[in-house]
Amino acid sequence: MKTLSSPFLPVTASVGQVMRDVLIALAPGVVVYALLFGPGVLINIVLAVLTCELIEAAVLKLRGRALKPFLLDSSALVTGVLLALAVPPTAPWWIIVVGCGFAMLLGKHVYGGLGYNPFNPAMVGFVVLLISFPVQMTAWPSMHPLWDTTDAVSGATALDHVKTQLSLERTLSEIRGDTPLGLFAGRGWEWIALAYLLGGGYMLWRRTIRWQIPVGLLLGMTVIAGAFWAYDGDRYASPLFHWFSGATMLGAFFIATDPVSAATTPRGRFVFGFGIGMLTYVIRTWGGYPDGIAFAVLLFNICAPTLDRYLQPRIYGQRRDKPQA
Amino acid sequence: MSSYAKIVKDGLWTNNPGLVQLLGLCPLLATSNNLVNGFALGMATALVLILSNTIVSLIRPVVRQEIRIPIYVMVIAALVTIVELVMNAYFNALYNILGIFLPIITTNCIIIGRAEAFASKNTIRLAAFDGLMMGTGFALALVALGAIREILAQGTLGDGLHLLLGESFRGVHLTVIPHYQGLLLAALPPGAFIGLGLLVAGKNWIDTRYKARVAVVGAAPAAA
Repeated sequence: MKTLSSPFLPVTASVGQVMRDVLIALAPGVVVYALLFGPGVLINIVLAVLTCELIEAAVLKLRGRALKPFLLDSSALVTGVLLALAVPPTAPWWIIVVGCGFAMLLGKHVYGGLGYNPFNPAMVGFVVLLISFPVQMTAWPSMHPLWDTTDAVSGATALDHVKTQLSLERTLSEIRGDTPLGLFAGRGWEWIALAYLLGGGYMLWRRTIRWQIPVGLLLGMTVIAGAFWAYDGDRYASPLFHWFSGATMLGAFFIATDPVSAATTPRGRFVFGFGIGMLTYVIRTWGGYPDGIAFAVLLFNICAPTLDRYLQPRIYGQRRDKPQA
Repeated sequence: MSSYAKIVKDGLWTNNPGLVQLLGLCPLLATSNNLVNGFALGMATALVLILSNTIVSLIRPVVRQEIRIPIYVMVIAALVTIVELVMNAYFNALYNILGIFLPIITTNCIIIGRAEAFASKNTIRLAAFDGLMMGTGFALALVALGAIREILAQGTLGDGLHLLLGESFRGVHLTVIPHYQGLLLAALPPGAFIGLGLLVAGKNWIDTRYKARVAVVGAAPAAA
């Protein structure tokens, strides 16, 4: 064996390894999703993955790049799966195709492909869809477990319901028993969120992601949600509700942690996550859309380079008070 | 190349105000939501540009260097006021749609830019011709972006033609994509930015292809 000199750096995982870990971590969430809301989500995932891989291959060919390394690293696969999870399972097929097109072309390849995109591609696709097709993109189904034989119906999501009812001057304690609300968050969605949390734990254990972004995000949300909840618990939902509603868990562990578009310094990551958590709460509570994860992630993607620049870690041996060049 | 031919090429392609100089982006992005609006603002801007270039070139001998900018701005503001009043009188509906973007032609960088860079240094005939070509180039960019956005957002082309041509043209338009759901994004501000970016990219792509072909054709005889 060849003797190497120090420093001994740990072998970093390849892009493909990271992406496969992400997919494994997403599996429990997808399974719970399909069990509680029907198999529509699986069809969407297959369609989205096929579209993304096809577009990736076509663009790589157009740009004269090697097909094999980029197609096998599963990055397009992850984009497809994340986008499919963000779109309602009952959405028409062309919604998925259009979303994948925008995600891969305008979110990724116009900037130079994997590693160069300033924004999270899946969220670019999602936001384009949300802005362009608000009707199809907000038609979410109610919980309809696989073992339930009645017909599936669509209904308001918990975030939507709470927002509407609060605007009708009902209080949170009055609407606690309403259909869209479950034990502690959205009916059905709370279990999916728990499964995502489990997957997130797996990625933390595998060191696929660092703890700063998810912890920062959840903490940021808790600080602002907790403050308003303590001020008036009848008008502002609890942090627990916000944690397990909408896309918080998916966002905290799978979307905000995108290694390309997120901050990369330790303190930068924490501030990045914290900001997304707070901004998501602001958009949910006072904004025009029921959920705000996608918008918050995209807005903080723009801030990530600046955060990294000003929150550089101190180089070992340098003085604390001396400004670093 | 004669200077007239160069002015034509500069205004319409190599130095297009909308696609290369990227001047006057505010009206370009804001009023290009359909073909008719884009065309109307393009024409108004072109008209102001021709007149301002002519007048700036005309008063060239008597304008002192130190105060030229305020004088240009006053000339341009007066011309814009005339165009605005004329549009208010004859194309009232369009005037209302274009709103603030008509008066702010005054602050459009293309107009002051051409006054400073070209009209103040050239003869009246050249200056007026430059105004015509730069104005046409800008209008073409507006029309192209307007057409793309209208097709993507509504699936039609030329909707609202009666605002330009009178009541007998009400409802006359081309349906490019029948039963179209509509991509709302194209009609919204982000659609304008994305559309302009794609237009600029398309222009650069054509230029690169052309250059590559010229290089091949030029190199071939030498190799033979």
